[in-house]
Amino acid sequence: MTASLSAPTSRAAWLERWLSQLPEPSGPLAAVQQRGRQALSQLPVPSSRVEEWRFTDLALLQDLPLTQAAGTSATAAASSDAVGLCLQLDGSTDPLAGVALPAGVQLLSESELAQGLGHTLAATGCHDHWPVELNHASAGRVLALRVSSRCKLRLELHSSVSTGLLPLRVLLVLEEKAELELCQKLEAHGSGLTSLVLEAHLARGARLDHGLVASGCSDAALLAHLAIEQEPESHVALTSVTAGWGLARLEPRLVQVDGQATSTLRGLQLVGGRQIADTHSHVLFAGPEGQLDQLHKAVAAGQGRSVFNGAVQVPRAAQRTNAAQLSRNLLLSDRARIDTKPELEIVADDVKCAHGATVSSLQTDELFYLQSRGIDAEQASGLLKRAFCEEVLRDLPAVARRWCPIEQWQLEDA
Amino acid sequence: MIRPDAPVLLEIRDLHARVEDKEILKGVNLTIRAGEVHAVMGRNGSGKSTLSKVLAGHPAYTVTGGSVHYRGENLLDLDPEKRARIGVFLGFQYPVEIPGVSNLEFLRVATNARRTEQGHEELDTFAFEDLVRERLKVVQMDPAFLDRSVNEGFSGGEKKRNEILQMALLEPLVAILDETDSGLDIDALRIVAAGVNQLATAENATLLITHYQRLLDAITPDYVHVMAAGRILRTGGKELALELEERGYDWVDQELAALAGEVA
Ligand SMILES: Nc1ncnc2c1ncn2[C@@H]1O[C@H](COP(=O)(O)OP(=O)(O)OP(=O)(O)O)[C@@H](O)[C@H]1O
Ligand SMILES: [Mg+2]
Repeated sequence: MTASLSAPTSRAAWLERWLSQLPEPSGPLAAVQQRGRQALSQLPVPSSRVEEWRFTDLALLQDLPLTQAAGTSATAAASSDAVGLCLQLDGSTDPLAGVALPAGVQLLSESELAQGLGHTLAATGCHDHWPVELNHASAGRVLALRVSSRCKLRLELHSSVSTGLLPLRVLLVLEEKAELELCQKLEAHGSGLTSLVLEAHLARGARLDHGLVASGCSDAALLAHLAIEQEPESHVALTSVTAGWGLARLEPRLVQVDGQATSTLRGLQLVGGRQIADTHSHVLFAGPEGQLDQLHKAVAAGQGRSVFNGAVQVPRAAQRTNAAQLSRNLLLSDRARIDTKPELEIVADDVKCAHGATVSSLQTDELFYLQSRGIDAEQASGLLKRAFCEEVLRDLPAVARRWCPIEQWQLEDA
Repeated sequence: MIRPDAPVLLEIRDLHARVEDKEILKGVNLTIRAGEVHAVMGRNGSGKSTLSKVLAGHPAYTVTGGSVHYRGENLLDLDPEKRARIGVFLGFQYPVEIPGVSNLEFLRVATNARRTEQGHEELDTFAFEDLVRERLKVVQMDPAFLDRSVNEGFSGGEKKRNEILQMALLEPLVAILDETDSGLDIDALRIVAAGVNQLATAENATLLITHYQRLLDAITPDYVHVMAAGRILRTGGKELALELEERGYDWVDQELAALAGEVA
């Protein structure tokens, strides 16, 4: 049969359709768009047949309207002050229009952008991942900022999509000893896909405190890559919270290029109904004496499904690495499902790498203790669920902590 | 204080209970009137904590016979939370640690649940802070414990004080204190005993489960019960405790054997 040679497979037909209706590449990312589209037309759509996507099939994207989301609703007005910047990202308009940059913060020039964009994606080995290529193919803008040496910035990024595709691209360069507190809020209120690719490069002694709060709805999907490159003596604290998405796939990818840096990862994902949340984290120690402290938590109710895969790579060069990873999961229904897996590749011999995983339901004795003080069963289980989440939420920067109405989040059997 | 005309608060009749397939309570009878202090003693494993948990409504225990009435109401029909709200309090032998739940919030929610039941207004966070600071004095507890998670990392003695603090806030009518004295140092025992005495009134009653005379030196019981093999084998006044201190529990075996003989 000759037809099968030329026709796209049915699996990717929706993708072909989507690619063909994209506007011509244009703007500062035209070349990137071109390459992304090229790549997508060749890459197979991730499906459960490949190990990294075993539990999280992307075929369901075909049912989402993937036309570019038009003007999204603002959740906070853009503003700036001496050390802070609050921006709306809608994927199309200039988030910095009419905003004065605080001292010590600059936009990257065109040549810096050409040099820097994609660098950290490559360094963390995800430049050719399908969700990244999807972002490449569609993102028309990039927010590219540099925080100067020894300067401090608080940055808030808001985005909210009601329907359609919202591609977000961010590039952050932190010079020596620069400090950035980044609070990022992603919201979805209808059927659509939010695609986030964020790169951050931390020079020696720089510090990034990133709180990501993503709250979606059952017909919305989130695909996010957070790629971070750390030079020695830099500190990263990344705390992510996802709740309510039909599908959320988060890939934090860190590389300590010469070791000797500290990385703290905190993740919380909540699923109910038939939602899927999947975190695939990846930390590479490319030099000695690096530190990682990772805690990933999940709450699964209803027929929700939670996936965690925590890869840690400690090659020979990474002597005296100290890494600890813990996955703790709360299973609230016997129809919910939790898959959690550490993936440690340790070649260096003088290292400390601890990992552990627990899955439990609410503890009868804890519930009874609360009830024996007059607290009704429902409120008691609410307190325990909140307590479980609090261990991650408390590490969010204060601004982002306020974005988590944990009391309202659906933790019940939906 | 014994007053024969005082209202009956708790009436336990021929109570049988099991956990999994094991029968543990085998016919407990006990009547507690307002104003009284009862002590239950007995060997390890005789069923004292089981009795206390059955009274509080722990889901692991199944009542297989008998009845419990609290102020005339069938206690066994009620959820654990309802029992607590209407004034039954269990001070746990092993208080549970609950990481992530703030002790202060826990105490406030519990206090308000009881207040609502009593028809009082709920206390807001400020009013509650005032109340809790006052009640902390009953057990001479450091306010720093309020900011920690419920019992998390508390020492044995600190947990027991936290139990009495809860009792001081909830103002129960029947307080069952399961080995509240164990794990307390000499000063703490004195403080806790003084707290329990301070909270005792003519309207409420206390059931102390203990192994040691030293608690009963500080809190004088009106009745002392000896529990063995899931029932109350003997009841006496405070001198019974002194007798136990002297003689130990060997006589219990003889009486149990005699009882078994009677049945046979
Ligand atoms: N959840 C349970 N599962 C199995 N056995 C139990 C359970 N709870 C109690 N038991 C058993 O019931 C018996 C009575 O236990 P209980 O805790 O009531 O004793 P106790 O009189 O309080 O002892 P102690 O003085 O040591 O506190 C023991 O043999 C104990 O092992
Ligand atoms: Mg006991």
